Amino acid sequence: MTDKVNESRRNLLIATSAVGAIGVGFAAVPFIKSWMPSERAKAAGGLVKANVSKLESGQKLQVKWRGQPIFIVKRDKVLLDTLPELDGRLKDPKSEDSIQPEFAKNLHRSQKEELLVMVGICTHLGCSPKVYPEIVPQAFDADWKGGFFCPCHGSTFDISGRVFKGSPAGTNMVIPPYVYVDENNLIIGTDKLEGGA
Amino acid sequence: MASNEVKTTGLLGWFDKRLPVTSMWNDHMAKYYAPKNFNFWYFFGSLALLVLVNQLLTGVWLTMHYKPDAAQAFGLVEYIMRDVPWGWLIRYLHTTGASAFFVVVYLHMFRGLMYGSYKKPRELIWTFGMIIYVALMAEAFMGYVLPWGNMSFWGAKVITQLFGTIPYIGDTLLEGIRGDYNISDATLNRFFALHVVAVPIVLLILVFLHIAALHSVGSNNPDGIEIKKNKDENGIPKDGIPFHPYYSVKDIFGIGMFLIIFLGIVFLKPDMGGLFLEHDNFNIANPGSTPEHIKPVWYFTPFFAILKVVPNPFGGMIVMFSAIIALFLLPWVDRSEVKSIRYRLMPFKLALTAFVTSFVVLGYLGMVSWGAGEKLLAQVLTGVYFLYFVFLFVYTKNEKHKPIPERLTH
Amino acid sequence: MKKLLLIVAVLLTSNVFANSGGAHLEPAQTNIRSKASLQNGAKYFMNYCSGCHSLQYQRYNRMAKDLGLTKDEVKENLIFTDSKFPEHMTNTMDNAQVQEREWFHKAFPKDLTLIAKARGVDWLYNYLKGFYKDSSRPIGWNNTIFKGASMPNALWELQGIQEAKFEEHEDEHGIVTHTFKGFKKVTEGSMSEEEFDETVRDIVNFLDYTAEPARLIRMGMAPWVLFFLVIFTMLAYLLKKNYFKDVH
Repeated sequence: MTDKVNESRRNLLIATSAVGAIGVGFAAVPFIKSWMPSERAKAAGGLVKANVSKLESGQKLQVKWRGQPIFIVKRDKVLLDTLPELDGRLKDPKSEDSIQPEFAKNLHRSQKEELLVMVGICTHLGCSPKVYPEIVPQAFDADWKGGFFCPCHGSTFDISGRVFKGSPAGTNMVIPPYVYVDENNLIIGTDKLEGGA
Repeated sequence: MASNEVKTTGLLGWFDKRLPVTSMWNDHMAKYYAPKNFNFWYFFGSLALLVLVNQLLTGVWLTMHYKPDAAQAFGLVEYIMRDVPWGWLIRYLHTTGASAFFVVVYLHMFRGLMYGSYKKPRELIWTFGMIIYVALMAEAFMGYVLPWGNMSFWGAKVITQLFGTIPYIGDTLLEGIRGDYNISDATLNRFFALHVVAVPIVLLILVFLHIAALHSVGSNNPDGIEIKKNKDENGIPKDGIPFHPYYSVKDIFGIGMFLIIFLGIVFLKPDMGGLFLEHDNFNIANPGSTPEHIKPVWYFTPFFAILKVVPNPFGGMIVMFSAIIALFLLPWVDRSEVKSIRYRLMPFKLALTAFVTSFVVLGYLGMVSWGAGEKLLAQVLTGVYFLYFVFLFVYTKNEKHKPIPERLTH
Repeated sequence: MKKLLLIVAVLLTSNVFANSGGAHLEPAQTNIRSKASLQNGAKYFMNYCSGCHSLQYQRYNRMAKDLGLTKDEVKENLIFTDSKFPEHMTNTMDNAQVQEREWFHKAFPKDLTLIAKARGVDWLYNYLKGFYKDSSRPIGWNNTIFKGASMPNALWELQGIQEAKFEEHEDEHGIVTHTFKGFKKVTEGSMSEEEFDETVRDIVNFLDYTAEPARLIRMGMAPWVLFFLVIFTMLAYLLKKNYFKDVH
């Protein structure tokens, strides 16, 4: 009774196993998908407003978006003028391999030249870098032109968040989508201005 | 046991030298010989295992979104039901699974009563099974408190209050169980720990022992005849078939049937019109507002009715626990030499019918509010419940029965 | 086995254990699948109920999706607070204010997200239709379904004002009971009786939806899940049959 090759039995085994496997596959979907951000997380991670009227050059305003720090840094002409000279020292001067909205894929990596809006997370392992806006020699870089320094593993970025060669980080810091409501107010999380939100 | 052809080469061979994979598979599946005449009633063991897996899996997933905090718990259940992707399904699988567990376990126990599966040499299997049943009741009770609805609160209050009726130590015990002077955040927090960690571990160990004991003595069957008494020249029971593939395939069919009903309820009527998820539990726990009619979930109601029969609460608790203890004693109460109902006579059949009827009707009475008629009926049926054990003990001293065949009938 | 299936079937199709609350209730006959009814219910709920009653677990964006409304429609017609689209449908009712000014007899208006599950749709339908003028009550209103309710008839403009007729009985112990014998309309409302019933039905339907938005999903999926399982079980049965041909 054991070795009898039974074609219909084999077909039934294959059919039942196949349908059963599909069923297990369907059953796994809810369990996997339940790990995605919930509606609560989406609502909280929606849009964040920031008012930049009181920000002075070299100052940083920090807001939270999707649980991450967002740096808003005002830059004066002196700082901005350092940017074109740095290309040779940077890993990705044109931001070809980095994440930013289309409008920020430029030298100053922002919509308005003087205001940088950036996710304050190092692209290496996720520490939050500190801003060193003064153009003075630093312990980590004798030829410092102002920018960001990550205390965890020593990655350095210029004042546009572009990563210097020799840093463990591979790409420039991330620019989130944002949009100006008026002169001094902006919304982070979207690049389209629609009826209020 | 018979684990002769053990491979010594390849991956399986590598494992077999370190862990007896092949022989374990043979001992418990491919060369575990089960009686060939299992019927409908033999689906419920494997189904109980399926529901256990469902409860563990969905339970783990629910703890990913729930916090045992009296201020948040109720809202977090709604958060799971609405905001967590597919959270509603995972929760309904768990709540419906709780009721399904008891349906399956009750039918599994009834099978044992019919075919004498608790009798020698299977007393330990029955005892482990009964401890599983009690652990399951504790698990379900504490799980029911977690959504922190008003019925959760008042159900927990009334049931813990029972322990407060014990003379001398009651008050201290009650505060120790609640961790406060009323059901509170502290109670919720410890019930969560017990529901999610402690009792499940105990349940898993007990299930392991239940199955280990079963595989040691072998399965009973609807004829109540030991198949190991009739072996062929190879030592294989003549009336046995290997569990795998025969019963593994048959159980998969059983699982299909079960899932049609189970998922039918999950998708079409998960609250079962208030039977599985009660109306009052959609109000948040409120120590200042008692629900009009406090009652436990359906699977506790037979015992709840027995509890209510006795006017004195402590007495009621004693009688209620006696009703459970009586079931533990069944292997020694039934002294008959026959196991299966098939070869027992009318008095046994009538008694078992009366017993099961009393349990079911008590279950109904435990759900409704009582007038004089209901109270009298509950008293009578509580009597019937206990009389079954007395009757069985006396009747089985010299029980007459039909002739028992040598081999299984088919 | 047939008996078991029968019991399951009876339980599935009945509401034996529904919370009827004793009184005879006219069935609400809501239809959760009717988007038009749900939209109309949402409109009346937001206009007549949401000032006092919140829906603290229901989000506007989920409602929009499930009821087939656009973001702009919801924002223009249904959000009366400064809430954002993805937020919960709460209001600004403040318990301190309720206590201080002794509104609603100091009873804070209940959150209604889950009320349809707690009370049942039939109860809600009859409750909303059951308000009558009663000068003996501090708020001037009473309800046939919920005696001494601390809520006034929020829908009186639509329904008009009605009085309830009671018949007095005195039994041999001298205990007086009042039996409800129907309503008498005192002031006409802006709606006919049929229109008002339909409106109340829609509001109740909407509350039935907010009590469990997932119901729309699961009811839609149920036939497919069951169809799949039936196929699987049939195959499993044939396989089992095939194997047991060996067993004699």
